[in-house]
Amino acid sequence: MQASDRFNINSQLEHLQAKYVGTGHADLNRFEWAVNIQRDSYASYVGHYPLLAYFAVAENESIGRERYNFMQKMLLPCGYPPEKEEE
Amino acid sequence: MFLYSLTLQRATGMVCCIHGNFMGTKSQEIVVSRGKVLELLRLDESGKLQTVLSVECFGAIRSLAQFKLTGSQKDYIVVGSDSGRIVILEYNKEKNTFEKVHQETFGKSGCRRIVPGQYLAVDPKGRAVLIGAIEKQKLVYVLNRDNAARLTISSPLEAHKSHTVVYSICGIDCGFDNPIFAAIELDYHEADLDSTGVAANEAQKHLTFYELDLGLNHVVRKWSDQVDNGANLLVPVPGGGDGPSGVLVCAENFVIYKNQQHPEVRAVIPRRGDLPAERGVLIVSAGTLRQKSMFFFLLQTEYGDIFKVTLEYKDDKVSELKIKYFDTIPVTCGLCVLKSGFLFAASEFGNHALYQFQGVGDDEDVEASSATLMETEEGFQPVFFQPRKLRNLVHIDEIESLMPIVDMKVMNFFEEETPQVFALCGRGPRSSLRVLRPGLAVTEMAVSALPGLPSAVWTVKKSIHDEYDAYIVVSFTNATLVLSIGETVEEVNDSGFLDTTPSLAVSLLGEDSLMQVHPNGIRHIRADGRINEWKTPGKKTIVKVGCNRMQVVIALSGGELIYFEMDLTGQLMEVDKRDMNGDVACLDIAPVPEGRQRSRFLAVGSYDSVIRILSLDPDDCMQILSVQAVTSPPESILLLEVQASVGGEDGADHPASVFLNAGLQNGVLLRTEVDMVNGQLSDSRTRFLGLRAPKLFSAHVRGRQAMLCLSSRPWLGYIHQGRFLLTPLSYETLEYAASFCSEQCPEGVVSVAGDALRVFTIERLGETFNQTIVPLRYTPRKFILHPNKKNLIILESDKAAFTAEEREANKAECVEAFEMRAENEDERQEDLLPDEQYGYPKAESKRWVSCIRVLDPKSSETTHLLALPENEAAFSICTISFHDRSGSPLIAIGTAKELQFWPKRQCASGYIHIYKSIQDGKKLELIHKTPVDGIPTALCQFQGRLLVGIGQILRVYDLGKKKLLRKCENKNFPNTIMAIHTYGDRIYVGDIQESFHYVKYRRDENQLYTFADDSCSRWLTATLHIDFDTMAGADKFGNVYFVRLPHDVSEEIEDDPTGGKIKWEQGKLNGAPNKVEEIIQFHVGDVVTCLQKAALIPGGGECVLYGTVMGSIGALLPFVSREDVDFFSHLEMHLRQEHPPLCGREHVAFRSAYFPVKDVIDGDLCEQYPTLAPDLQRKIAEELDRTPGEILKKLEDIRNRII
Repeated sequence: MQASDRFNINSQLEHLQAKYVGTGHADLNRFEWAVNIQRDSYASYVGHYPLLAYFAVAENESIGRERYNFMQKMLLPCGYPPEKEEE
Repeated sequence: MFLYSLTLQRATGMVCCIHGNFMGTKSQEIVVSRGKVLELLRLDESGKLQTVLSVECFGAIRSLAQFKLTGSQKDYIVVGSDSGRIVILEYNKEKNTFEKVHQETFGKSGCRRIVPGQYLAVDPKGRAVLIGAIEKQKLVYVLNRDNAARLTISSPLEAHKSHTVVYSICGIDCGFDNPIFAAIELDYHEADLDSTGVAANEAQKHLTFYELDLGLNHVVRKWSDQVDNGANLLVPVPGGGDGPSGVLVCAENFVIYKNQQHPEVRAVIPRRGDLPAERGVLIVSAGTLRQKSMFFFLLQTEYGDIFKVTLEYKDDKVSELKIKYFDTIPVTCGLCVLKSGFLFAASEFGNHALYQFQGVGDDEDVEASSATLMETEEGFQPVFFQPRKLRNLVHIDEIESLMPIVDMKVMNFFEEETPQVFALCGRGPRSSLRVLRPGLAVTEMAVSALPGLPSAVWTVKKSIHDEYDAYIVVSFTNATLVLSIGETVEEVNDSGFLDTTPSLAVSLLGEDSLMQVHPNGIRHIRADGRINEWKTPGKKTIVKVGCNRMQVVIALSGGELIYFEMDLTGQLMEVDKRDMNGDVACLDIAPVPEGRQRSRFLAVGSYDSVIRILSLDPDDCMQILSVQAVTSPPESILLLEVQASVGGEDGADHPASVFLNAGLQNGVLLRTEVDMVNGQLSDSRTRFLGLRAPKLFSAHVRGRQAMLCLSSRPWLGYIHQGRFLLTPLSYETLEYAASFCSEQCPEGVVSVAGDALRVFTIERLGETFNQTIVPLRYTPRKFILHPNKKNLIILESDKAAFTAEEREANKAECVEAFEMRAENEDERQEDLLPDEQYGYPKAESKRWVSCIRVLDPKSSETTHLLALPENEAAFSICTISFHDRSGSPLIAIGTAKELQFWPKRQCASGYIHIYKSIQDGKKLELIHKTPVDGIPTALCQFQGRLLVGIGQILRVYDLGKKKLLRKCENKNFPNTIMAIHTYGDRIYVGDIQESFHYVKYRRDENQLYTFADDSCSRWLTATLHIDFDTMAGADKFGNVYFVRLPHDVSEEIEDDPTGGKIKWEQGKLNGAPNKVEEIIQFHVGDVVTCLQKAALIPGGGECVLYGTVMGSIGALLPFVSREDVDFFSHLEMHLRQEHPPLCGREHVAFRSAYFPVKDVIDGDLCEQYPTLAPDLQRKIAEELDRTPGEILKKLEDIRNRII
């Protein structure tokens, strides 16, 4: 790799994508985008304790259970991924 | 518009708690995170929890951990927050502050998925700390100490794993081997790619051990093993010489012991008999008791049951894991098992509690054990148990918590001097209506009637070396009564006091002699019983007296002052006199300063509204040093020493300043600083206390000088965490008071009011509000003031709960079953389980219980409780007077049947109930019930008709004979209408997701048009109508904002006579044609659930009050002058620079977390000014062209305008 390559836009993007989960790319499909958004949301709910408490009051569950439920949803936030289209 | 934001009641809920030796002494203290506030709690000698320090951090504190360096006695605190930084704090006992030892940046700020801060784990030997994120990132910092024994922190070592979600992290106790951290991880990478779902079904949680190699200085994944897929929490097991090491993995329904090269040992968590089969049991918090010879774990389930878990082991081999039911307490977010035998339970909702261990559940019978684990084809066999009364724990103390505040209203219901705050708090069986009054709570110790109407009271010690007071002296109009304090308080006659005359002052003089001043002279009672009398010359009488231990000044009728001083032989000698040319209204001498002969200043107030400071020094005795004119004649004067700044006990750094306090006849308290050298007065502050002239008395609070002011209500001026606070006491009007100190009551006050003598103490210092609690049945949702203004109507509803009858039947069944068993065991006992402690049993998620309560807050009596049948739950309420119906207004209540939130919000049907009130509003009677096609989430009266928000529909109803009649509707709201306000013919609609919509109703066409909306989407949680064009709202993410319709647009809309323009105007992208402008924006950092406009003090400014989920109450006060805005914004700017927040979050970034902060000045930051070091205070003051005193005065002034 040449020194100049390090600064071109593609390699910079790749670097970002490797470092920050959820950085988009040109071929991002609807599902991948939604999965990212959902995971970010759940992570934010778990991180903000008052929000967890707010949900817990609405659903009449304990805060610990709410947190667990949100964490469990991180696995498949939008259901199964769509089948890959043949190219 | 500019607003000043001030938190009146800091958050009362807790996020997490840790315990350790933070003060560096033998005793253990507790550090809790209250969301944005970090607090240090201590157990005092009497077993009560005291808040030692409370610091606002301007950032979300998500996790806490404590560690000790080997050989050290003191614990450090590690803070995981949303700052993208790891912060290590140390408590400084001398200065009473948290000091930042280290702050290392590792990522972006904010609660993000891959930025660490959510989890913290420390090596038990204090050699390393791991900070983890929910996904991917884990950083390990090595801790060490340098040559000077200071704590050092290394650069971070990465233990990342991509596509991996982390559930829990802990540090493993492995003695002095390399530190190991354990984590529950779930890899989702495969599942994201496999469209068949096979990979997702096979996804497996793993328990992974990360080893920090201290020699090579890197982290390796040492061991990873499959673990139960319900795993959610790790608890480290003691190791080294003390135990087998390893971890307890708490999973849904199971507790599993795991370690490297060790087969897993699994036991099921016992279930309550009444739990539906589809529900699991999850451990939500854990505590460990470690003693030299044994250890055990206390694990609490999501239903509140605590289980004691013990391990049978030999060397490193665990043979059995036993689970035994311990006790049931309300669900907690953290448990601290203290060495002194206490259990601190930080409740997730409602009051926090402190328990003492009465037993440790040592008896043999265990509910579940790994040895008796039964596996069948359907999985593991469940084990059942029956909750019972507390057997091992005794409730000792409580910390009040308002969390969550669901709704709040401010009104002067009881017609007191200040309005009361009515807050709906709590959840399920622990819900309550709390009536908050600004002021300190008072505990009455004794009340006794006196013969006649007393005019004054004093307490006096027999000798300066005595710890407790010896006499209470009460003066009547023609006599004096002396009571001696001992085991009991009784009248005595041998004290030497003259009892046939009223008294003007009674005090201790010199070392051990007593003095009584009466109108005709001074009686000096020596310790050996000798009595010296000084008689007034001629026909003059003494009118006022000021005295301290060495000096006495009397004022005779006509205005002559005579000054006495005690000489070396203990004789009271006349020193000087002066004629004041007019009667003296009041006078006071400051107490003799430590190490001095006499106090230098005498303050004299006269009826011509002037206060003079006179010198008592021998060289310029009775010379006037300074003069202060006041607005009204002074009634009472007190010179009070105030330690203005925090800091050590050394007076040199922080000289105490003397304040002249004067209660004026117009009810104002004036506080002026007295220069210690020349007696000049400067920097006066005034505050209106009440309708009567305040009488001032000195008192003692926590060993420091304090001041009691008795106006139409009593006030206490005292120093709390470096700030001088003047707070009302919630007690009746008092005439005269004195501080009181006895064995039973070390810091009390004795007072007279009417014909009674009252002794009381003041507790919970530093609190803004005191509360009265009315318990409720279910989680309250909303409430309104009944139109007759005597009652409240409260809606309560709970999801997944049984109705009261079903619960009763269940309980009876349980008790019966239990009693049968008890007969066998020959220990019959009454065992009714209070719901407040055990919670309601869980039902299926579709079920709801709900009731409508009519409550008279004066008697806290429920006059009518209307339970809704068949899973119907009430959500919205309003009062309404229909245009064609006269008489008292009706009450409309919106309900939904079988409401479900997941996977989509839906209900079987919605209803609007119309009630009329009967029996003077004590009861409700149903008129009719109208089914609607959704959940009626918002109701409002509008021009004699009912406006209803049902999902996306805004509809107008009129009253019919059998049901409500639809009149007109608009179906075009984006999501769900959650609030409706009206003003004139304008309607303001709050959407749950899309902020405000301004709607106009056109009567001639009978249509509703949306003419303006907001340009950002906002997930509204609370709304408030401010004025014709302005709305205030709060969103789910913790922002408060105001929007305003631009003036020209507003005028155009109102001027359009035909309304044709609105009708045909089209907005872009399906929006409304006009947009509102955001004028105020502020991030509170907590979900605001209610907004209310109110003035909390008479004559104070009207402000916007808000209540939050975490149980805090705050106020937003509009500034009245541009100068104040300039001053406070500059002060805020300097504080941001000079005093960055404790947990590492940048202040301006925090307040702008979602939207840039706009036109709000953070009073909480400004109020940290007095806690700064004096030279920093001076530096900031210089930059603002002021003195520190002026800044403190400004801060005090603006606070006094709010509360």
